[in-house]
Amino acid sequence: MSADPTQVLAFETDCHIFQNSGCGFPAPGLHSFLFEPLWGDHDSNLYFNKPMLLALLGSIIIVGFFWAAFRKPKLVPGKLQMVAEYGYDFIRRGIVYETIGKREGEKYVPLVVSLFFFVWMMNLWSIIPVAQFPVTSIIAYPAVLALIVYVLWVSLTFKRHGFVGAWKNITGYDKSLGPVLPLAMLIEFFSNLLVRPFTHAVRLFANMFAGHTLLLLFTIASWYLLNGIGIAYAGVSFVMTIVMTAFELFIQALQAYVFVLLTCTYIQGALAKNH
Amino acid sequence: MSQLLTVAAEMENPLVPPIPELVIGLLAFVIVFGFLAKKLLPNINKVLEERREAIEGGIEKADAAQTEAQSVLEQYKAQLAEARHEAARLRQEAQEQGAVIIQEMRAEGQRQREEIIAAGHAQIEADRKAASSALRQDVGTLATALAGKLVGESLEDHARQSGTVDRFLDELEAKAEAVR
Repeated sequence: MSADPTQVLAFETDCHIFQNSGCGFPAPGLHSFLFEPLWGDHDSNLYFNKPMLLALLGSIIIVGFFWAAFRKPKLVPGKLQMVAEYGYDFIRRGIVYETIGKREGEKYVPLVVSLFFFVWMMNLWSIIPVAQFPVTSIIAYPAVLALIVYVLWVSLTFKRHGFVGAWKNITGYDKSLGPVLPLAMLIEFFSNLLVRPFTHAVRLFANMFAGHTLLLLFTIASWYLLNGIGIAYAGVSFVMTIVMTAFELFIQALQAYVFVLLTCTYIQGALAKNH
Repeated sequence: MSQLLTVAAEMENPLVPPIPELVIGLLAFVIVFGFLAKKLLPNINKVLEERREAIEGGIEKADAAQTEAQSVLEQYKAQLAEARHEAARLRQEAQEQGAVIIQEMRAEGQRQREEIIAAGHAQIEADRKAASSALRQDVGTLATALAGKLVGESLEDHARQSGTVDRFLDELEAKAEAVR
């Protein structure tokens, strides 16, 4: 069976358990995260697919929401403005001021707020009906965000401490370590400069990837088991789908929070004095 | 499905990001960041600042009103105390003045009484003197008339000229004084 570009479901729907059609359980896998282009084709590297559509649509939704809330803000806020203000204040006070501090952190508030709502929205697509795909489970999206943060904190380090100071900061230079110092510096160098952007992106990616796979697994199983005695198991699987959806809702917000919290920690580390 | 599987096989590593998706990801984020950072967040920051100032202004106003009320209260209290003091002073003064007036009235009454008594005494003395002189004259006249009748001639002119009667009466008075 060939993949249909207009296919909207993540799996074939004509197969159930206990049928003698020879088909098996259409388990979710890497292929669940690949999409036929809606436009263009893969080989030319010029194409447009569902995650791209969701990414742009998500941006428009975020901008639309904040546009409606903050375009003409009032001294006495309406309901929408109050909700948006609450979200904004949570990121500003709860994350940026807490980690970087009010004086130094103010400059980075717009970036962190944008990052949080962007990541959250991209995660939320996972459980929005019809879309039902977390954009952040494609490595490119977390990677580009992690790259922005990486470039920011590395350049901040060099700007703040000068060339030598920056290397001391990155390698955690500390004379009191004595003979262990070279080893510690080597580890710190790897951990900070090379591994950090990777883990920053992959943490988000892997969580969303796993979450989506779990949801797919239970959803597909609910459908696949819907035959004969399997119906009882299908019910269990369906309940699991609902439970996992609720769990995902929580994980999505948490991962967005973790992503921006790490961002703030990196910026704070770049601005901090050498010890 | 099989085509997707082959594509998946080709792109073995899900950790290698395809360029077009990187570009779209960047674009999507830049859209969000651009709107929020350039327009919407400065908007709300301004309003939040205004709100903070409005609240602080309100508190300041309330403080000012409180202070003013306090000072007015102090002023009223001071005025009230002053008024009480003044009233007490006036009462005291009135009492003193009353006492003085009563004293004066009493003295005046006393004086008037004494005057009246003195006038009475003077009147009585005058009356007595008048009566005494009238009596003396009458007694003289009667005595000379009687003596004239006894002697047979009028002694009146002579007696009057010589003042005999008066002398006699003075002697009588002197005797009476001596007896007393």
